[in-house]
Amino acid sequence: MSMLFIKTASMSWDQFWHTIFSTRTLAAYRLSFETALWAALINSIFGFLIAWVLVRYQFFGKKLVDAAIDLPFALPTAVIGISLADLYSPHGFLGASLSRFGIPTAYTPTGIVIALIFIGLPFVVRTVEPVLQDLDKEAEEAATCLGATKFQTFWKVIFPGVFPSVVTGFSMAFARGVGEYGSVIFIAGNMPFKTEVASLLIVTKLEQFDYAGATAIALAMLAMSFVLLLSISTFQWYSRKKIGAA
Amino acid sequence: MDRFVKWSLIGITLVYLSVILVLPLVVIFLNAFHEGIQVFLSGITDPDTVSAIQLTGLIAVIVVPMNLVFGVAAAWTIAKFEFKGKQVLSILIDIPLVVSPVISGMIFVLLLGPRSSLGAWFLNHGIKIIFSTPGIALATTFITVPIIARVLIPMMQAQGREEEEAAITLGANGFQTFMKVTLPNIKWGLLYGVILCNARAMGEFGAVSVVSGHIRGLTNTLPLQVEIMYNEYNFAAAFAAASLLTTLGLLTLVIKKWVEINFKGQLT
Repeated sequence: MSMLFIKTASMSWDQFWHTIFSTRTLAAYRLSFETALWAALINSIFGFLIAWVLVRYQFFGKKLVDAAIDLPFALPTAVIGISLADLYSPHGFLGASLSRFGIPTAYTPTGIVIALIFIGLPFVVRTVEPVLQDLDKEAEEAATCLGATKFQTFWKVIFPGVFPSVVTGFSMAFARGVGEYGSVIFIAGNMPFKTEVASLLIVTKLEQFDYAGATAIALAMLAMSFVLLLSISTFQWYSRKKIGAA
Repeated sequence: MDRFVKWSLIGITLVYLSVILVLPLVVIFLNAFHEGIQVFLSGITDPDTVSAIQLTGLIAVIVVPMNLVFGVAAAWTIAKFEFKGKQVLSILIDIPLVVSPVISGMIFVLLLGPRSSLGAWFLNHGIKIIFSTPGIALATTFITVPIIARVLIPMMQAQGREEEEAAITLGANGFQTFMKVTLPNIKWGLLYGVILCNARAMGEFGAVSVVSGHIRGLTNTLPLQVEIMYNEYNFAAAFAAASLLTTLGLLTLVIKKWVEINFKGQLT
């Protein structure tokens, strides 16, 4: 990892700033972070829902659903990429109907979000599931006995207990999404300024043997992800302390 | 009311997963066999694809045993011992999970590429690392470092170290303790870790794509071959190759489920 810093040191400050703050690079960071954020948000909501259904309910085919959750971990990203690109392309099974409703998906940021939703799906489910399982049933019963409605019990008793694990899953899905390459490049269309993600820009620079440029972008990305993840874990530490004190 | 909430939540989950997960899976196989079995077979018997399959197998054969040894050693160290810097070690192991695969691959290009002093030294001695098989193996190893360790660590932590301590007290040496106590306790988790590591090693794309140099028939792994055929609009062949990797992924999940059921039986 320290090679990153050494390589960047071979650039002058001017070159460095120029590379990491060029409009094309800025657009790529923004796209990477925005799409990862949206995908992680959607994954948090549905991930929580899926974990809830898997922990609390019994139904036919539950084992199959549970096994399917890990599919994104087991499939190669390139395979996911071409499959999604085909499915959501303007001639694809879903893409055709969506574009008839005026919602273009492939070759737009929406397509990137779709790919990242697929990739990040297991994170929130798998972090929330064990916590939900271990949650104290007595606290819920006590709340109900004390006259709380179902909604109040959920909102005031269950949700605060599970929330930290949702945040953990969110940050893992987000970290994965920011740097994702294989599943994104096929559906993205890769137009500079519009649908070119930062990881693709790094690969492009490497292919042009612009090692210093690629390193500078990588370093800037790592720094941004690090700051973001650090603030998330600080927030978590803070909220855990608050719960502990109460 | 409760029943209504229950079934609508289950309904939403099933519809959501069908659209997000199952549909893309179906698309792969539909496209692979879309133009008939003949086209499918010619897709996967194409000489470049065959050599890509061979290279992918070779990479897995190199990478999985390496990470098997490392994963067991790391999990053992983290789960059963207390030492300074333990936290640092477990964060280090997780690095490949949080860093973009592209950046992981790039680190090896910077470190061992033809323009680096180390890479130049190896080249002078006739060893090509980057844009060649050793580079692909290295990058893949880096990416898959956390997998086996992360499966084993919670398992070994949950099992505690009383059994090992009992064995040592009864006069077993370290090797005997490992073979007769630790290994039987973790065998199912180990099997799952190895299978998952194998799937990731064979399917890695981002990091490998940076270090491989995309030389057809030489340094293309199967996922890279899928990309090339897709970009050449040879969709049937691309999806045929993709369906092989998908089958591998599905097999991995089946074994995982099987291990989970077995392992749960073992715990009780």
